[in-house]
Amino acid sequence: MSLVALLIDPLAHGFMQRGLVAALLVALVCATLSCFLVLRGWSLMGDAISHAVLPGIVVAHLLALPLTLGAFAAGLFTAWLTGRMAAASRIRPDAVMAILFSGMFALGLVLFLRVETDQHLLHILFGNMLGLEWNDVTEIALIAVPTTLIVLAKRRDLLLAGFDPAHARAIGLPVGRLDSLLLILLALAIVAAMKAVGVLLVVAMLIAPGAIAGLLSQRFDRMLPIAMGAAMFSSLAGTLLSFHADAATGPAIVVFQSMLVALAIVIRRRKARSGATA
Amino acid sequence: MKNRSSQGRTFSPGLVVSDLWVTYANGVTAVCGASFALRAGTITALVGVNGSGKSSLFKAIMGFLAPARGEVTLSGKPVREALKSGLVAYVPQAEEVDWTFPVLVEDVVMMGRYGRMNFMRIPRAADRAAVSAALERVGLAELRKRQIGELSGGQRKRVFLARALAQESEIILLDEPFTGVDVKTENAIIMLLRAMRDEGRLMLVSTHNLGSVPDFCDEVVLFNQTVLAQGPTATTFTEANLAEAFGGSLRHIRLGGGALHDDDDDRRVTVLTDDERPLVLYGPRDAETLVKRPPEEPR
Repeated sequence: MSLVALLIDPLAHGFMQRGLVAALLVALVCATLSCFLVLRGWSLMGDAISHAVLPGIVVAHLLALPLTLGAFAAGLFTAWLTGRMAAASRIRPDAVMAILFSGMFALGLVLFLRVETDQHLLHILFGNMLGLEWNDVTEIALIAVPTTLIVLAKRRDLLLAGFDPAHARAIGLPVGRLDSLLLILLALAIVAAMKAVGVLLVVAMLIAPGAIAGLLSQRFDRMLPIAMGAAMFSSLAGTLLSFHADAATGPAIVVFQSMLVALAIVIRRRKARSGATA
Repeated sequence: MKNRSSQGRTFSPGLVVSDLWVTYANGVTAVCGASFALRAGTITALVGVNGSGKSSLFKAIMGFLAPARGEVTLSGKPVREALKSGLVAYVPQAEEVDWTFPVLVEDVVMMGRYGRMNFMRIPRAADRAAVSAALERVGLAELRKRQIGELSGGQRKRVFLARALAQESEIILLDEPFTGVDVKTENAIIMLLRAMRDEGRLMLVSTHNLGSVPDFCDEVVLFNQTVLAQGPTATTFTEANLAEAFGGSLRHIRLGGGALHDDDDDRRVTVLTDDERPLVLYGPRDAETLVKRPPEEPR
């Protein structure tokens, strides 16, 4: 089989076309956000929000609301509660997040197994990339594309609020509102990624690209394209691999991303040894 | 290189703090009834022990903390309005900055221009020119493409001074600008601050470096929850006032009588130090006999 056939053949199938478009969209939005999460030390927040959407999905199903809406609301609620709990108690934020996300996830599992839904638990946890319909892909696009564009448009303000909040305030930027905006965009990205890669694997997509970019560049404006490139390559490679090797798509993508992180570490060490600075 | 846009401009009323009270949510009152007024075109040292509420005062001046009572005006404007018009620049302590952050020297200086840009923060020619001029002035033009973590201690201080210059703000708050820098860098920073003062800017410098205060500060505010003394350095920065401001927490070395003189000269040497460069006083009266380093350049 030629290399071209390796790439083209799978795309003859509608389910592969839909899966690939979804994978690329999810890669784009997660990679953009991951640069900020990694720099701000908010990786765990992505973990917390993604686990916390599960009870939101069940409750939305009970109330006959769109599942996406329930997931989004539950994610934001957890982010808000994390801030409140850390401020009101002497528990450190990482412990607060760990308690909250496992607690919300457990609540979600209890509710899920109690309530009859038409959803498959495995699909929520690990995604169902190759089982997506075009309306699912449209929904992902409607969330992922504007979210990415907002992050890119506000990237300098978001970066400044993380790098030097005192200066940001001194020039009149609304630092608190920028932090909230970042959390809202994070919750949106997780909701967009949910159907494709699932709430467990989205965490990797929200951390790995930013980590790769941070290892390879010392300039933020270069980190963004590196992160996007790495994430989209992983999505493409993972989706194709899953077709040819009959492997699970979401996990295959995450495996590729993890390999790229390892590769970036090796490249960084080589550079450091040769004395070059990026 | 001169910063043309600010050269010769006279900045007016300055910084006025009137009956300022700052109380935290946990009930601790950090600032009680502080009042002082600073003129444009002066450098003022803010001196006090750790925990005396200096940083709370800074935060209130920059609007991070809402005063429980009283008010702050900057160039005649309330804090919010002054911040919106970019009047205030803040030069942080080195410890507050994450030096591993993926930003270059020129990126940091450009952040000083954000308040003047559109919502996408796309720099225009004027912004790039201001950044280049500021970098030139602090002597970092060659290093503009370096990641900030690659700079030495003194260069790190100057990046943030350059940002304040690029911002073209009338009022600049500096937090411990001399911590961890060598004497050469300290002199360079002092010369720069003097030049900025002569352009009409107002600078308020929080410092533990008591010895440099007479070198470059026109005025002193001695602070412990409220203003203990304020006025020209020569008459305010005295042993008696410092003793009141610091209580027992100041290292105090005094030489006099037989230990210092062979004759019956009654003058004595007093060394006061918080933790950095000591303040050296010589003679029975404090104010007129301050031992000062010769100034590096004429004012």
